[in-house]
Amino acid sequence: MITMNLVIMIPFLAAVLIPILIKRKSPIHIGWPVFLVPAALFVILARYIPSIANGETYLNTMKWIPSFDIDFTTYFDGLSLIFGLLITGIGSLVILYSIYYLSSEESLQHFYIYLLLFMGSMLGVVFSDNLMVLYVFWELTSISSFLLIAFWFHRKRSRYGAQKAMLITVSGGLAMLTSFIMIYLMTGTMSIREIIAVVDIDHPLFIPALVLLLVGAFTKSAQFPFHIWLPDAMEAPTPVSAYLHSATMVKAGIYLVARFTPIFGGGELWFWLVTGVGIVTLFWGSFTAVRQTDLKALLAYSTISQLGLIMSLLGIGSISMHMGSSMEAVVFTQATFAGLFHLINHSTFKGALFMVVGIIDHEIGTRDIRRLGGLMSFMPVSFTIAMIGSFSMAGLPPFNGFLSKEMFFTAVLNISQLDFFALGTWGVLIPVIAWIASIFTFVYSMIIVFKTFLGTSRLETGDRKVHEAPVGMLISPGILAALVLAVFFFPNIVGDYLLRPAMAGIFPSLADKVELSQHISIWHGFNTEILMTIGVIAFGSLLYKYMRRWKGVFTLFPASWSFDALYNNMLLRLESGSSGFTRFYMTGVLRDYLLYIYLFFILAVGGSLFMTGAFSIDPIHQAPVRLYEWVIILVMMVAGIAVPFVKTRVTAILLNGVLGYGMAALFVTFRAPDLALTQIVVETVTTALFLLCFFFLPKWESGRAKAAPRMKTINLLISISVGAIFVMTALSVQSGKLFNTISGFFEKADELTGGKNIVNAILGDFRAFDTMLEVVVLFIAGIGVFTLTKLKLGKGGKNVEDQ
Amino acid sequence: MEILITILSGVLVTAATYLILSKDLLRVILGSAILSHAVHLLLMVMGGLKKGTVPLLGEKPNTYTDAIPQALILTAIVISFAVTAVFLVMAYRMYQETGVSRHALLRGNKNE
Repeated sequence: MITMNLVIMIPFLAAVLIPILIKRKSPIHIGWPVFLVPAALFVILARYIPSIANGETYLNTMKWIPSFDIDFTTYFDGLSLIFGLLITGIGSLVILYSIYYLSSEESLQHFYIYLLLFMGSMLGVVFSDNLMVLYVFWELTSISSFLLIAFWFHRKRSRYGAQKAMLITVSGGLAMLTSFIMIYLMTGTMSIREIIAVVDIDHPLFIPALVLLLVGAFTKSAQFPFHIWLPDAMEAPTPVSAYLHSATMVKAGIYLVARFTPIFGGGELWFWLVTGVGIVTLFWGSFTAVRQTDLKALLAYSTISQLGLIMSLLGIGSISMHMGSSMEAVVFTQATFAGLFHLINHSTFKGALFMVVGIIDHEIGTRDIRRLGGLMSFMPVSFTIAMIGSFSMAGLPPFNGFLSKEMFFTAVLNISQLDFFALGTWGVLIPVIAWIASIFTFVYSMIIVFKTFLGTSRLETGDRKVHEAPVGMLISPGILAALVLAVFFFPNIVGDYLLRPAMAGIFPSLADKVELSQHISIWHGFNTEILMTIGVIAFGSLLYKYMRRWKGVFTLFPASWSFDALYNNMLLRLESGSSGFTRFYMTGVLRDYLLYIYLFFILAVGGSLFMTGAFSIDPIHQAPVRLYEWVIILVMMVAGIAVPFVKTRVTAILLNGVLGYGMAALFVTFRAPDLALTQIVVETVTTALFLLCFFFLPKWESGRAKAAPRMKTINLLISISVGAIFVMTALSVQSGKLFNTISGFFEKADELTGGKNIVNAILGDFRAFDTMLEVVVLFIAGIGVFTLTKLKLGKGGKNVEDQ
Repeated sequence: MEILITILSGVLVTAATYLILSKDLLRVILGSAILSHAVHLLLMVMGGLKKGTVPLLGEKPNTYTDAIPQALILTAIVISFAVTAVFLVMAYRMYQETGVSRHALLRGNKNE
């Protein structure tokens, strides 16, 4: 028995094998062995159709990180089956198409490796039951699609499109990850099936998790206003556009929404977010598609619009969860049914359309609508396929788009009857917007067929001679177009075998009680829906005919106001803003950095001292001060205060010397003979060193080196605050003695070490490790001084540094 | 006496901070030397002052002064001496190579 875990891994394993195959330089095109992979997987998955239709599901677990509750668990039910069949089926057709589309001069191994990686990760997304594994595969689809979009990486537009798609989908992916972590915190499990059972809709994290999950789904599925990456991703090779950007990756968000409907659905927020965003996307996508002059950009916006349609249907379907298991609820599950049906239909006709556009691009060298025309007599087969696809997209009989569009109208009409969720006020807008969007859909579908294939040829004489594409390129779109027709005439096969089990996955609570399937009838009598379709055709034809007259409407939306401009400006602002900010505080001047450090010290230490009220003085346990000690202390204070203000550097050194010898004198009064000795010696040597250095260094530049008075004031203020906080902290620490010193132990130095000088015993015996390293410090300093003075690189050395 | 010494070390910290914030490299080095004096004084005060006699076992008093801070300061004096020496030589070499003694004028490689 082949498990889904293995199904997911097979494309990855195949991707590893491709470089080996390439090395052997076989005469066969590398695409053929690759084609076998999705074809075999399709057959494997298709064999599950009967058992899945009987309501069986398959669960399989492989241990990955059990201690974190992360296992590679796959769950195979009706919903995953639809997506699995789309991924492998359209994947096979796309690979078949790409064998003829890409010339062998392209770096084919990269293409097929990326494509297989994408296929495997997409299968992982739809089969995973574990949230974290789902996220891993989700990001893998983002990465592999990034690689595929930038397949022609020498083009600037490709790199731009890839970067944009990456930024938007990965930001959405991170939002989704946050949502997954919140879900885990809410329910304590990573398994989607278990979450459905235990989720608590009153949990405070429920709403944030819902919103973030939808952000992930909307970015991936190019919903408004995150749709901007999809048109720019059209720089990818056409097989990639057909596969990723019409049939699979953009539907990952749809899958996510469908999969999480039993968890989050039923509430008002979910309904309005999913349906509202879907409807807006539907309208905006179809409206913007009409103005495009590039066929692939037109198809990109049409994909956006169709995805919005599916999304809104899923939102309407979630209403039934609000109603419980009444008969009324079943009416609304039909919206989800329609959504899934349209998902399948859209994959078939959009895949075919992309492939036809690829053929036109490949044979003529342009995709610009303004330069195309009159291709029908040269390319009759492509024309037929394009016509089937476009008419299906427009929702005309006898194509499958007609059926799903009718069901869509039924759903939006039903929803406008309700009066909860503020639908009484706003519900009527939904069918109106949907209807207007359908008119625009009709218009751009007609543009694809008629502007490209009919009329007079506008090709210039220098262009390539137009002829029909090779048969191999026509196979895949031909099959898809045949499916478009087949689904229209036999819709109930799809309904019974694919959609019904998928509905059970989306509405597990309803599935046991009522029949969720629906009989799809090609002709359902005269009703509002059919009148709406007739209206769409009538108004659409008028709009298409008089397009020149109203095209000026689009100039109302200037390019500088678009979401693309917003995105580009945001990136630019972000970059210039952050570099400006960095330049503002990273001045390269040492004094500024020291200022930050001191300010932080003042704020952090002074602030905490002030906030906690920890400051205290303990004047009782003070040792008495004798006269000569007063003298030493006062002398040191005066010297210390004077050092910054003296005019010449010799005075400054001598004052530093006074400080050093003052220290030694203090050590004497503190009963520290070793310290006093060391201090005297070290101070003498240091002073000598200072004097030596001053001999080589220039005099303090008193004239022009004078700092600005304002800077001096700031420096003075900072220094005084630092000193004051230092004193306050030290006094507070002294006044709070917590426990006694451990020095008593070291007074046994004589019997433990045989030494009578306790300080030396500590240095040489008790804590000799410190002493050893201190010696190392001295040693390193000696080597450093020696190297600095002796080693002088000439000009050759400078060049080395500059490189 | 402890309060007085603490204030003295605070005065030294103030002077050192002011010197370190100045523009001339030698003032900065001088500041760091003075700062180390202040820290040594603080270490001494923290151990308590004049609680007994010199920490030599030959005498037989009731109490000795705390020996641990003295050992710590001794280590610190040597280390700060080493660091000051390296600083000074670096300042000397820097002036030799660049002809600049004010660190604010040092701006790295031009082509960076």
